[in-house]
Amino acid sequence: MTSQIGAETGVEAGVRAPAGTGARTPLLVGAGLLLAVAAPFALYPVFLMKVLCFALFACAFNLLIGFAGLMSFGHAAFFGTAAYVAAHAAKAWALPPELAVLAATLVAAALGLVFGAIAIRRQGIYFAMITLALSQMIYFLALQLPFTHGEDGIQAVPRGMLFGVIDLMDPLAMYYSVLAVFLAGFALVWRAVNSPFGQVLKAIRENEPRAISLGYRTERYKLLAFVLSAALAGLAGATKALVFQLASLTDVTWQMSGEVVLMTLLGGMGTLFGPVVGAALVVTLESYLAATSLPVPVVIGCIFVVCVLVFRRGIVGELLARWPK
Amino acid sequence: MTDIILEARNLTKEFKGFVAVRDVNLQVRRGTIHALIGPNGAGKSTVFNLLTKFLAPTHGQILYDGRDITAMKPADVALMGLVRSFQISAVFPHLSVLENVRVALQRPLGTSFHFWKSGSTLHDLHGRALDLIEAVNLTPWAHHTAAELPYGRKRALEIATTLALDPEVMLLDEPLAGMGHEDIERTAALIKRVSADRTVLMVEHNLSVVAHLSDTITVLRRGEILAEGPYEVVSKNAQVMEAYMGTGHA
Repeated sequence: MTSQIGAETGVEAGVRAPAGTGARTPLLVGAGLLLAVAAPFALYPVFLMKVLCFALFACAFNLLIGFAGLMSFGHAAFFGTAAYVAAHAAKAWALPPELAVLAATLVAAALGLVFGAIAIRRQGIYFAMITLALSQMIYFLALQLPFTHGEDGIQAVPRGMLFGVIDLMDPLAMYYSVLAVFLAGFALVWRAVNSPFGQVLKAIRENEPRAISLGYRTERYKLLAFVLSAALAGLAGATKALVFQLASLTDVTWQMSGEVVLMTLLGGMGTLFGPVVGAALVVTLESYLAATSLPVPVVIGCIFVVCVLVFRRGIVGELLARWPK
Repeated sequence: MTDIILEARNLTKEFKGFVAVRDVNLQVRRGTIHALIGPNGAGKSTVFNLLTKFLAPTHGQILYDGRDITAMKPADVALMGLVRSFQISAVFPHLSVLENVRVALQRPLGTSFHFWKSGSTLHDLHGRALDLIEAVNLTPWAHHTAAELPYGRKRALEIATTLALDPEVMLLDEPLAGMGHEDIERTAALIKRVSADRTVLMVEHNLSVVAHLSDTITVLRRGEILAEGPYEVVSKNAQVMEAYMGTGHA
């Protein structure tokens, strides 16, 4: 029963993250917010929005692996499905962006309920394989269904007018909207992790048989964590579809599921800020390496191997573990 | 209200042809300390897992307070007041001692699915959690993570967590195993103390440690009951003495 991947790969750093950072947290958060607000004046907004979307995606994934000990290898299904739904809703149904994103998030949550109900019956590698298999079905559907336009994807998605007043074609308006979505998603993860529900979830991650013996029907808690994670992954995917005005097969491939694992592990599984750092690092590397002649997957693969070998807890996890308390 | 709180009838568990537990009939009287002992491989832990529903029996019936619980799930059995501990210390290693106990206390609040609620809503439970921690002499460790505790203290924490549920029946799986002398005495005294208003069923490897603690001792060997009764009777049983020759006890 202890073979859950989260329990094996050293989530210990994250457990202390909320307590260990103590009084420094408000300062760090304040500095981070200032940076995020000022960033589009120094950096390319689309790049920043990509970072934020993937950071939210990684936070959603981390909620599941870092705090429930469940390793999903099919999170692209939620990210990609929501991207398609948001793109279709905005383009074919001409829904305003807020409703398109909301609809996509709800669809991702519903999909998460179905996937979760099937997958949480198994643990560890079997859980991962079931989620992978289910997400491959979604990939097949995305390839075959007419509304997804197969290899072309849904292109030229209108960003629309947020709440009917804010024109999202303005890069700064779009950026601050994405930032707000990210912050709301991040706040939800933070709250969930520190809630009564989060306590039970951590107990299940730490020792599931013991949690059962204390009267917790653990599968229900894991299912709720799965649905929350799927919904947030969907929120990230839907937002990304509006940012790039595109929903494509890339968003539902198993490589996308792998990428979010990579980001989370690099940054620090089970820490709140780890996935954000991991996502920023991977997205930055990808965009800078794309301009060089270096093979991107090889470089990122090497960095990943070195990270896992040298600091198993990930970047943030390692910092927290070494920071004087 | 029956006098028998927990009963096993013709309990049998087979693992792919191997019979780990054969036709065990066990009656645990309300308010007593009942020990289940036997040499390695006698099927003690299997019986224990069957009683707490962590294993499903091949044949037989389990009754708790007169109700048939044979088909129930372990979490539901726990909610009815039949709470177990584990052989390998069952703490939540990266939660603090306080949080370990609090997890057991928080379920009745009914907010365990409330992911939008602040964790500070659980602070009301700290008083009761600290009382329980004090009862097992862990007050100085309350804010340490459970992983930092020495082995004997982990077992004490486990008992505090189990007690937090105020169970009708406490099932303790080798609560004294691996402890030093001092810890054994303290923990045995603790078990005696907490048994005052509940029933305790414990699994132990050694007859001698449970001698003065238990009202009734059931000796298992190769999945079958060998003898049953108070220590004075069981310890003089020829078959029991033979069964224990190898381990140098009784």
